[in-house]
Amino acid sequence: MTTLYVPGDSGALALGAEAVCRAIRREASARRLDVKVVRNGSRGAYWLEPLVEVDGPRGRLAYGPVCAADVPGLFEAGWLEGGAHRLALGAIESLPWFSGQQRLTFQRVGITDPSSVADYLAHGGYAGLRRALSMDPAAIVEQITRSGLRGRGGAAFPTGIKWKTVLEQPTGQKYVTCNADEGDSGTFSDRMLMEGDPLSLIEGMTIAGIAVGATQGYIYLRAEYPHAWRTLTQAIAAAYGAGYLGSDVLGSGQRFELEVRLGAGAYICGEETSMLESLEGRRGEVRVRPPLPAVRGLFGRPTVVNNVITLGTVPLILERGAQFYADFGTGKSRGTLPLQLAGNIKRGGLIERAFGLTLRELLYDYGGGSASGRPIRAVQVGGPLGAYVPAAQFDLPVDYEALAASGAMLGHGGIVAFDDTVDMARMARYAMHFCAVESCGKCTPCRIGSTRGVELLDEILAGGGEERALERLQELCELMLQGSLCGLGGMTPFPVQSALKHFRGDFRARAQQ
Amino acid sequence: MQTSALDSEHDVRRILAQFKDRPGPLLEVLHAVQGAFGFVPPEAIGPIAEGLNLSRAEVHGVLTFYHHFRSAPPGRHVLKLCRAESCQAMGADALAAHAEARLGVPLHGSTPDGRFSLEPVYCLGLCACSPALLLDGEPHGRVTPQRLDALLEEAAAGAGGAE
Repeated sequence: MTTLYVPGDSGALALGAEAVCRAIRREASARRLDVKVVRNGSRGAYWLEPLVEVDGPRGRLAYGPVCAADVPGLFEAGWLEGGAHRLALGAIESLPWFSGQQRLTFQRVGITDPSSVADYLAHGGYAGLRRALSMDPAAIVEQITRSGLRGRGGAAFPTGIKWKTVLEQPTGQKYVTCNADEGDSGTFSDRMLMEGDPLSLIEGMTIAGIAVGATQGYIYLRAEYPHAWRTLTQAIAAAYGAGYLGSDVLGSGQRFELEVRLGAGAYICGEETSMLESLEGRRGEVRVRPPLPAVRGLFGRPTVVNNVITLGTVPLILERGAQFYADFGTGKSRGTLPLQLAGNIKRGGLIERAFGLTLRELLYDYGGGSASGRPIRAVQVGGPLGAYVPAAQFDLPVDYEALAASGAMLGHGGIVAFDDTVDMARMARYAMHFCAVESCGKCTPCRIGSTRGVELLDEILAGGGEERALERLQELCELMLQGSLCGLGGMTPFPVQSALKHFRGDFRARAQQ
Repeated sequence: MQTSALDSEHDVRRILAQFKDRPGPLLEVLHAVQGAFGFVPPEAIGPIAEGLNLSRAEVHGVLTFYHHFRSAPPGRHVLKLCRAESCQAMGADALAAHAEARLGVPLHGSTPDGRFSLEPVYCLGLCACSPALLLDGEPHGRVTPQRLDALLEEAAAGAGGAE
């Protein structure tokens, strides 16, 4: 029997993987061939999806991008025995796009069967939890602190310090929550991990629970991710079945329960206090801090709030030790970051690398330049609240401090490329429009400011702007930046101001027309 | 999907019995009600409020805060177009204009024959294959206007919708 891997990842499905899977089963059955199809996650090379791997006599060989119509020809070419075909790529790890990557958090994504605990164990899974169970809670927290892991959701707060605060709260009900409300355009690493290796997130949350003394975990998942919901709920059921979740985790006497709660299409619920409100069944309105969630979080109890990638990296740190992880990266940005290349790019996808490579390496060595073949004029780094970076700054290294120093921010590691047809005044308007659509309404600078911002930009776009409108826009940005309750209103000015700073011609041209 | 008021009340009570003792249950209840009816019927608000010991205003406030919840039935097929930056960089604005012209309704609208609803969505996590959309919950990437026409024709020719 030959095993074939056809991704069940929603990005691969969006490119036709389901039809390919059906064609493979049909063709194999017609040829009376004994094949097993595993629905793995995606390797992250979306320009090669649907990417099918055949585990044959010469190891795992890749073919892609495969469409359903190619399938009979692939069988005809003898792909089960590694036969030559125009879509043959060889071993996936040998492609330059993969060979330079340092996959730590994504070590199993695209390789294993996401729903199988046995496969997870066979690829090093749950070694971290076993170690954690033999350690003192404070020692677990110490490992996380020493690894240098920082919150991968965008705020980059040191994870160990957050855990320590929760651990130090008086005993009683505590919670571990996972913020899986990945709403930034250009980001999909949370989705890929949850669809491709959900057990790593489940293991990471279990370790967090044991470290801080929490017995209940919640994954707050955005409603736009129905496939991730399916893989997560399957994997949670499998983990309960195998004794890795429940009232007696691995016979340790420690309890950790876990469930997934669905969001309902509100970007603001990616802000941690708004997420907690939503988990409690209320409008996702931001809370005033302090108190911090680590002190008074979900249902008023001490709560860990971490992003999917942060928690998914925890098992590896426990398994390999803090130093192993800290040896990757640069300065205060330790470890690796799963970067996501999107937008107008030839070879988009997920690239996990140690911090420190440049935007240019990402965009050209990995990305191969724009999809349209035109020059890349700007990239937006870090989602809809991230700054636009002009081509002149593509030699910036990707690390938290270097980007912050240049007025940009790394955020969740999403990079959206735009070619030279982009109208940056329109993108600035979109930033304000998005903020107006998604504002929770609690504070005035965000609720009213964003709408005034759209109006001002409409004035500028209509050509009646001149300098006065641009000045007022700057003032408005400053007010939102200083006066908003959370990052939505407080960071919407970043894309607007960066567009104004680097692409002022796009705003001025209209005033002169 | 058409249910009499009496049936819907029965279903809402069944859903409430399932969720009411869980912590912070309102969003879960609204998801289950929308799952059962395709939307949250206005007549369900009273029973939900009563069942969870909330005011009707609180239930209404939550229902209308979240873009995902509907207060009216959608078309038989729901087309959700991503409007976020990555998709814009690959022609999402033109695709949206094409969809509006083709269906004859603006974003947020439903065709008069009740066949299609057209909705904006802000990021589907399919940014490496922009522009992306969901049609009846199925993801599609690198969608050209021609491909969109073909998808809409397939949906219209098929029996019923997914929602």
